[in-house]
Amino acid sequence: MFPRSDDILRVLPELLWCGFGMLAMLMQPFVRAKRFYTGLALVGALAGTAAAFAAGATPGEGFYGLIQSDVFSFFFRLLIGLVSVLVILAADSYLEREILPFAEFYALVLFATAGMGVLASARELLTAFIGLELSSISSYILAGFRRDSVKSSEASLKYFLLGSFATAFFLYGIALVYGATGTTNLGYMDSADSGSTLLKLGLSLILIGLGFKVAAAPFQIWTPDVYEGAPTPVTALFSAGPKAAAFALLLRIFGSVPAATHFWFWAFWVLAVLTMFAGNLGALLQTNVKRLLAYSSIAHAGYILVAFAAVTFMANDLNGGATPAYAAVLFYLLSYALVKIGAFTIVSEIGGAGEKNLTLDDYAGLAQRQPFAAAALSLFLLSLLGLPVTAGFFGKFYIFKAAVNSHLIWLAVLMGVNSVIGAYYYLRLIVVMYMRDGSAEVMAAAPVRFPMAVNVVLAITVIGTVYFGLFPNQVLNFILQPNLIAR
Amino acid sequence: MSALFQGGHLLSILIFFPAVGALALLLLRGDDHIFIRRIALIVSVAEFLFSLLLLRGVPLGSGDYRLVEYGAWINSPPIHYHLGVDGISLFLVILTTFLTPISILASWSSISHRVKEFFVMLLMLEVGVVGVFLSLDLFLFFLFWEVMLIPMAMLIGIWGHERRIYAAVKFVLYTMAGSILMLVGIIWLYNASGTFDLPTIQQMIQTGTLVLEPHAEMLLFLAFFVAFAVKVPLFPLHTWLPDAHVEAPTAGSVMLAGVLLKMGTYGMIRFCLPLFPEASRRAAPWVAALAIIGIIYGALVALVQPNLKKLVAYSSVSHLGFVVLGIFAFRTISMQGAVYQMLAHGISTGALFLLVGMLYDRRHTFEISEYGGLATPMPKMAAFFLFAALSSLGLPILNGFVGEYLILLGTYQSHWQWASWAALGVILSACYLLWSYQRVFFGEVTHAKNKTLPDASGRERFILVTMSLVMLWMGIGSTYFTRRTGASAQAVIDVVEPQRPYEAAVPGEPTIQRSVNSSQVHVIRQKPAVESVR
Repeated sequence: MFPRSDDILRVLPELLWCGFGMLAMLMQPFVRAKRFYTGLALVGALAGTAAAFAAGATPGEGFYGLIQSDVFSFFFRLLIGLVSVLVILAADSYLEREILPFAEFYALVLFATAGMGVLASARELLTAFIGLELSSISSYILAGFRRDSVKSSEASLKYFLLGSFATAFFLYGIALVYGATGTTNLGYMDSADSGSTLLKLGLSLILIGLGFKVAAAPFQIWTPDVYEGAPTPVTALFSAGPKAAAFALLLRIFGSVPAATHFWFWAFWVLAVLTMFAGNLGALLQTNVKRLLAYSSIAHAGYILVAFAAVTFMANDLNGGATPAYAAVLFYLLSYALVKIGAFTIVSEIGGAGEKNLTLDDYAGLAQRQPFAAAALSLFLLSLLGLPVTAGFFGKFYIFKAAVNSHLIWLAVLMGVNSVIGAYYYLRLIVVMYMRDGSAEVMAAAPVRFPMAVNVVLAITVIGTVYFGLFPNQVLNFILQPNLIAR
Repeated sequence: MSALFQGGHLLSILIFFPAVGALALLLLRGDDHIFIRRIALIVSVAEFLFSLLLLRGVPLGSGDYRLVEYGAWINSPPIHYHLGVDGISLFLVILTTFLTPISILASWSSISHRVKEFFVMLLMLEVGVVGVFLSLDLFLFFLFWEVMLIPMAMLIGIWGHERRIYAAVKFVLYTMAGSILMLVGIIWLYNASGTFDLPTIQQMIQTGTLVLEPHAEMLLFLAFFVAFAVKVPLFPLHTWLPDAHVEAPTAGSVMLAGVLLKMGTYGMIRFCLPLFPEASRRAAPWVAALAIIGIIYGALVALVQPNLKKLVAYSSVSHLGFVVLGIFAFRTISMQGAVYQMLAHGISTGALFLLVGMLYDRRHTFEISEYGGLATPMPKMAAFFLFAALSSLGLPILNGFVGEYLILLGTYQSHWQWASWAALGVILSACYLLWSYQRVFFGEVTHAKNKTLPDASGRERFILVTMSLVMLWMGIGSTYFTRRTGASAQAVIDVVEPQRPYEAAVPGEPTIQRSVNSSQVHVIRQKPAVESVR
């Protein structure tokens, strides 16, 4: 029963992420230097990301169908690895400033990363459950990492209680699916009867469980509070990583299991519309930048769900009609991850010690005080808004195209309406930065100097956002494959 | 000079040269304002000179796209970097490159804070606008269309007047609401045709390879039309315009009135008519009705405006109504007139905004009641203002006359009722412009402050003389323009009204022989019509 070497290769990224996480915890009593852990975590995250190439080079199912190494999981491992690397870099100065323990933080980030990796490559629902738990439990702790802050503790508790509830839904859903199909392996469900009530019930519970993780309305209530309370680099991680991983699993279930596709079209349609409006209307009223971005991430989950509606609508099309819709989801998650991490990194630095400067007033006149930070944040906001020459524009364009392709004109129009609502609050932040002068004390304060690591994160995210906004070709060629998700 | 562009990249250079200039400005230190202004001016003047080379690139009587650049950009979906220029876009590009240095000169001393950013934004705006006029790929067009929003919003929002932020946000939201619909339309059209390439889609529609259901065609037409109508702006979508104009700095107003509004009418000519001819024909009466309402409503509101800048802004609503009417009358003459009016309005309204801006620089108010009797302290300024006002109201031998006359003539041929309603606008424009001129410049000087206002400075005189000369030249030498725009205008009309029995239009109209294919003949024939009136 010793695993074959191919099997090991197929889970190598997760093994490395977990391994380096444990190493960080074990080293803690022995090495006092804080920066050592940053370096260790960075090496670990990079090693895991590099190992994704090894895993990608050995496609196929591993451990007798528990996990699947295919283009899809390769893409998501790279994405999650990138998110992890960026968050580790961005967190360094934050931990220093808030006097938080380095080793545990990075260990938890790496565990969460491993969990997301499992989630994105799981072919077996129980494996997925393990991934979900691994990433969720690490996330609960990370949300409450600023122990002396009431908001952080509240975020942690809220996230934990609601998250456990959602996980229970997910688990119950798996049980019902097992009852209906006799298997929990997504690969063996081809012959499942899509009319079975038990299966529908099971899938809807799974959808609710994962809907919670991606912050789809009406399961989004926790998002603003948790995003606001969590340490900002963790918020960056939450908005990019777990969301991408949960969407990956959703896509693998509802995009590739025949019995689970077409029937769910209306569910995704309704979820998408609710989520877009909940996010955008909520964001209109926010004056706290972190909460504003939290609501915006709900809205963006809604946009991605539009692509899901297109996927489920087209999934029975045997001519590969759904391929562009899959690609739309993947490209959107990539562009979105870059932008959100970049934006939250800036918010983290501007926030200063104790995360004090988070309101719109603190951003007034930022363009004069810190022109580069203001320009970068504006670029990210324009990308979220979907203006050209940013990755977000192509992301939105491909989702639009997927929706129109599937003749979901009204859904596309509703998404358009939401983009315009969204434009208002993104512009509001840009307006505050560029067109309003800050109060005398704000303007007199010395500009925040960004540490090197943060500058690296910003450089990567800015260049990525512009590059994918001009030349999305390479990524697209890579993800526009009919056999993206191996069956 | 032209040897430089043998490779045929003139259009790319025209689009990206200002971007290079903007980048260079960004790298400069921000405190040497004079140096920054000079660099910006040099870049924009060079850009203007480059754009004059277009005149050599587009031969007389050619209705096709010239100086075409074509390259793959994105594989899936196939999006191409496809540029080209024809008679219609030719002068719009030159208008843009002409008004940019004028705007830079006009902001020479009135912009004193964040100078570097101001000129960067102005040059980036030029990039977007020139890109819009030269793109022949729907996707590329949309890209430039959206790109130009941000610099314009910044110009209004940072360097504008009291309610600048409100105006900037309103401007962006209005335009975005329209353009998102257009994006859905573009993608829909792509799904139907498999390409974003404008000439290809146009050809598919003309040859019948691509047949759109009447219902779908109408929806698509509306998706495009609303986006353009917001930009024009057509009544009742015009409400952003007065705010944007009043709050924008002078340079912003000049660019906004001069070229940005033309993007809307240009879009109608370039996309709505050729791509959806049937829907255009069905919608024409409604569009014309809105255009006529716009003409009269804009003029009436301008008549009662106490705010001088708002008055000029509403006059734009009225004048652009003429353009839309000319486009949707589906006659070559009216189409020519529409194209000509776009250029003429850019110059004369641009000049009016410049003059209003110069008054504002001296007195910091736009209220007409604050002025009065200005002809005494500043006779030169008064003379230039009168010149621009006369040009705007359509005095023969100045530019405004030619456009309005051609539009009314062409519209009369198809629907004499439309023309007679629209003619009211001509009368009203004389009323509001001359009346406001009288209140501002004639009579006794009522406010003590006004007695000592300095007359036009050397820089201002240079700007105003240039603008006046262009107005005069466009009025006298209008055939220089119409000969070059004629074939392209004819090409658009040929799509919308193929083989229309020309004589049957209006009983009693003098019969003009028209050969369907030779646009040259037609263009020459229409010339006497203009000159005989003079």
